[in-house]
Amino acid sequence: MIASSAEVLNFPILTLLVVLPVIGSVVVALLGGSRPEWMKLAALVSSVSTAALSLWLLAAFKTGEAGFQFVSQHAWISQWGISWHLGVDGISLFLIVLTGILFPLVIVGIDPHHNETSYFAWMLLLQAGVMGSFLSLDLFLFFVMFEIVLVPMYFLIGGWGYDQRVYAATKFFLYTMAGSAFMLIGIIATVALAQRDLGVVTFDLVKIAEGAKFSTNAARWLFLSFAIAFAVKVPLFPFHTWLPDAHTQAPTGGSVILAGVLLKMGTYGFLRFGVYLFPQAAMWARPAIFSLAVIGIIYGAIAATMQRDLKRLVAYSSVAHLGFIVLGTFALSSQAVTGAVMQMVNHGVSTGALFLLVGMIYERRHTREIAELRGIQHVAPIFAGVFTVVMLSSVGLPGLNGFVGEFLILIGSFGPARWWTLVATVGVVLAALYLLWAYQRVFHGEPDEANSTFKELTLREGLLMSVFVAIIVVSGIYPKPILDRIEPSVGALIEHVEGQTK
Amino acid sequence: MLDLIWLIPVLPLAGALINLILGRKLGDPRAGWVATIATASSFLVTVLAYFEMLGLPAEERSHVATMFSWIRVGSLQVDLAVLADPLSIVMALFVTGISTLIHLYAIGYMHGDTKFSKFFLYLNLFVFSMLMLVLGENLLVTFLGWEGVGACSYFLISFWHTRNSAAVAGKKAFVTNRIGDFGVMAAMFLAFNSLGTLSYHAINESAHSGELAAVTATAIGLLLFVGACGKSAQLPLYLWLPDAMEGPTPVSALIHAATMVTSGVFLMTRMSPVLHASFEWLPTVIAVVGAATALYAASVAVAQNDIKKVLAYSTVSQLGYMFLAVGSGAYVAAIFHMVTHAFFKALLFLGSGSVIHGMHHEQDMRRMGALRKVMPVTAFTFIIGWLAIAGVPPFAGFWSKDEILLYVYANNRGLYVVGLITALLTAFYMTRQVIMVFYGKAKWNDHSAEHGSHGDLTPHESSWVMLTPLVILSGLSIVGGAMQLPFGKNFNFLERWLAPVVEESEAHIGETWAYQNKYLLLVVAIVVAVVGIAASIAVYAKSWIKPIEPKVLEQAWYYDNAASRLIAGPGARTFNLITWIDANIVDGVVNGVGKLIQNIATSLRRAQSGFVRAYALLISLGAVVILAWFFLRGALL
Repeated sequence: MIASSAEVLNFPILTLLVVLPVIGSVVVALLGGSRPEWMKLAALVSSVSTAALSLWLLAAFKTGEAGFQFVSQHAWISQWGISWHLGVDGISLFLIVLTGILFPLVIVGIDPHHNETSYFAWMLLLQAGVMGSFLSLDLFLFFVMFEIVLVPMYFLIGGWGYDQRVYAATKFFLYTMAGSAFMLIGIIATVALAQRDLGVVTFDLVKIAEGAKFSTNAARWLFLSFAIAFAVKVPLFPFHTWLPDAHTQAPTGGSVILAGVLLKMGTYGFLRFGVYLFPQAAMWARPAIFSLAVIGIIYGAIAATMQRDLKRLVAYSSVAHLGFIVLGTFALSSQAVTGAVMQMVNHGVSTGALFLLVGMIYERRHTREIAELRGIQHVAPIFAGVFTVVMLSSVGLPGLNGFVGEFLILIGSFGPARWWTLVATVGVVLAALYLLWAYQRVFHGEPDEANSTFKELTLREGLLMSVFVAIIVVSGIYPKPILDRIEPSVGALIEHVEGQTK
Repeated sequence: MLDLIWLIPVLPLAGALINLILGRKLGDPRAGWVATIATASSFLVTVLAYFEMLGLPAEERSHVATMFSWIRVGSLQVDLAVLADPLSIVMALFVTGISTLIHLYAIGYMHGDTKFSKFFLYLNLFVFSMLMLVLGENLLVTFLGWEGVGACSYFLISFWHTRNSAAVAGKKAFVTNRIGDFGVMAAMFLAFNSLGTLSYHAINESAHSGELAAVTATAIGLLLFVGACGKSAQLPLYLWLPDAMEGPTPVSALIHAATMVTSGVFLMTRMSPVLHASFEWLPTVIAVVGAATALYAASVAVAQNDIKKVLAYSTVSQLGYMFLAVGSGAYVAAIFHMVTHAFFKALLFLGSGSVIHGMHHEQDMRRMGALRKVMPVTAFTFIIGWLAIAGVPPFAGFWSKDEILLYVYANNRGLYVVGLITALLTAFYMTRQVIMVFYGKAKWNDHSAEHGSHGDLTPHESSWVMLTPLVILSGLSIVGGAMQLPFGKNFNFLERWLAPVVEESEAHIGETWAYQNKYLLLVVAIVVAVVGIAASIAVYAKSWIKPIEPKVLEQAWYYDNAASRLIAGPGARTFNLITWIDANIVDGVVNGVGKLIQNIATSLRRAQSGFVRAYALLISLGAVVILAWFFLRGALL
């Protein structure tokens, strides 16, 4: 993570990635009352052009370079050293692209059923916040973005969710907010302490990380304050209980975004801020974090196995999958971290797709109870086929995307964390158990009366899912273009950590 | 041609893709022909590659063809590459050859099934995965195939998924195999972290040169053996294979007898230098597990009444034989038996499929009998398969089994006795099966009333697409032994062919008593086979002796029951307990804290003056205090 060069482009693409959804959101809100038919078009145009921008970013991104690219930096509150500082590197690139693609898919693919205007407005605002979080290279800016995200998500769950939506939304909001409170203190303290080494007050991530020398104790406390916020966000065991509630109660679109990109703000935060700012403290905390991650893998899998609600099952599987990512993040070997970054994207794709499919089941059957469903493969073979591919991606079948990330994480973690890795590998076995068992109960067997009229995948649903299936297959067979872009930045980060901990 | 070996797996993949897109349009039987032709062309390419390799000097018979780079991060550099060498070509030859025959057979067997094209899609996908497994240049490509065949096996076992037992069996197979896969994955982690590579060539080189420490070699070998126990259905993980018979019979023949289940034996042979470099107890463990499985499964096969279950336990038993060979350092014999077993067991399964087809899906042997009269070709070919597996010379199974027993005797006489008893039981239960199905009184007449919907049950002979593979396989079961005969230097073709791969790990038994008296051992083997057959005739054909088929054997020593109970009882209870703890304790604390704060806040509500200025003041004060604390701390520390 070399300090960004003078490579400031004239065209502020990153700023646009954050601002465009905000404009979209405002336009949607304004048009909603008077011109509802234009409102939807505005939402579409905004999200599709953001997706196009993110894909353009992917194409223009220089492979093989470790540092931040497309950096955009403008003074914001200069007396406090706060600036609008955005940049993208291999670690954030694919999260940006995923955020860019996932939102239009959700906006096009899922009907909110009521209050469309505010739904779309919140969605677009949410996208801006997520984009900002992944792009910010300024601690203050990051915190603002990190917090902004909570508001639209709160309203999405509370406004368009299921029976216990208010409870789930409140729990989500308060729990995450409580975590972030620690980070706020941490950020202020970090800036204050860094001032002694840097001579100026600055919230600039790169300047602090490269220039500040925190004392061992201070670094540990600071790391912990960040870690709590991220641990809740990921979520890491035992801070995970908001997740099943939020996921189950959120509308399908909310769940897809929550699993797809929101949780990644935690794992990304660990890597970008926790490890980068406080390498020594991160190394110090490793055994504890490894343990929590591995407990999460096994525990999440066990809890997933016993769930009766299909959506809750997928939510618990997320706890297990995110455990792998955290394990890889802190193993700090080139394979493990690269695998972790790729797995952040993979999990977004496959779990996002699983939530979409579960949403489609709910639309048809108005239930997510596994016991109520049976024999769907017999009446809807294509639907079942798509579900199978997504499921096998989640199980980590070689040839599909999930395997690449999981395998890299495990093989890279085996060196620094041998016994933890072996236990984590048991999670691979359990993943097959809970998903295949659920599949057997829902899709196999003879369909009863209620399930015998289950509708086959519609054209719109099919087109939507084909995007996910294509990503799952292509990046599983040929992950090289992805890995080649992630690896240099990961390498630089590991070098930075090694330099600081020697 | 050797540069084109990547075509060997890609052709069946192409067949699968064609059927994925056009399968429904092609329909029955054209979808089947597409799949069969795809596999047959793959066989053709393999044959050409074989002949080209035959023309090369032995030390040049190793060729890598890289398709593209797959997973490359830092020091981990894995390509999607295939390796043609004597071992992989032998494997590819019999895999593609037998697959082609079984595809052809399945066109007849699956005729009329509503998911006809999907069946062939899965079947082709399986062949692709199996070929990636055997042709892989490194452990990871093999693992791609390894998991791929597992997934296809899952699809095909639960092919008739509206039947609950089929759905359960498919899941059971996949999950049990995953337990084994844990071993393969861990072995890869260990190999990479100690050697920095996953390539077979590099790993085996370092095992030869001594760079690989014995303790690491042992750990890698043991972990891979765990994987092999899953895939190749050895104790204690064999449980899934008898249930896998829920799949259509061509699947049982192809996947659960001839090819996939031998993957473990292949992997052990591929990694033989690592086993050679490990502590001596590891091969012994492998041999003991193999012998125990062989004897155990043979004892169970004696008391089965389902025509396919007999063959399933027989397969488990024969696979045990192969591991017994591996553990005794007889890699050539293991591969030899793998190939001959593929011939005669595929033949027997397809024969049983023909019987089931002709008997309108009746699988209980107690309702068969005298079928040789209505199904002459099936009966004739089945009888050849029986003679081959029972160990009657000059049929193929006799030679391969004898080769294994020779090495086992040289290695460990106790295990030799186990091997002999297993051979005796094998001859016994296979004779029992032949008698119950093809001889004696026709019992299908008595029960025709029970087949109400079918009307009168009149067994019929199968069509030519089903009989042609039977005839070809019976031919192979007769002459298959010729590839490796115990008559000295001019007859050991397989041994010379495989030498570049296994020579240095193979046990050298030339000086042992067993080798010097190998013809005596040959005679012993013949006597054992004859005794087994005669005893079975005495019991089941002549009824001189009452059959002994205790319930404990029929229930496979209650092992499956015990395992199921363990999972359904304590296993499920533990899982439920953890789930309960999550909902009530872990989450309970969270909600408890929330409640507590709510209560405190209620009493503190009076502090809410409503003046924003007051809030702002408090917030600023708080921030100042925090900042001051950190400044002071920083200054003091």
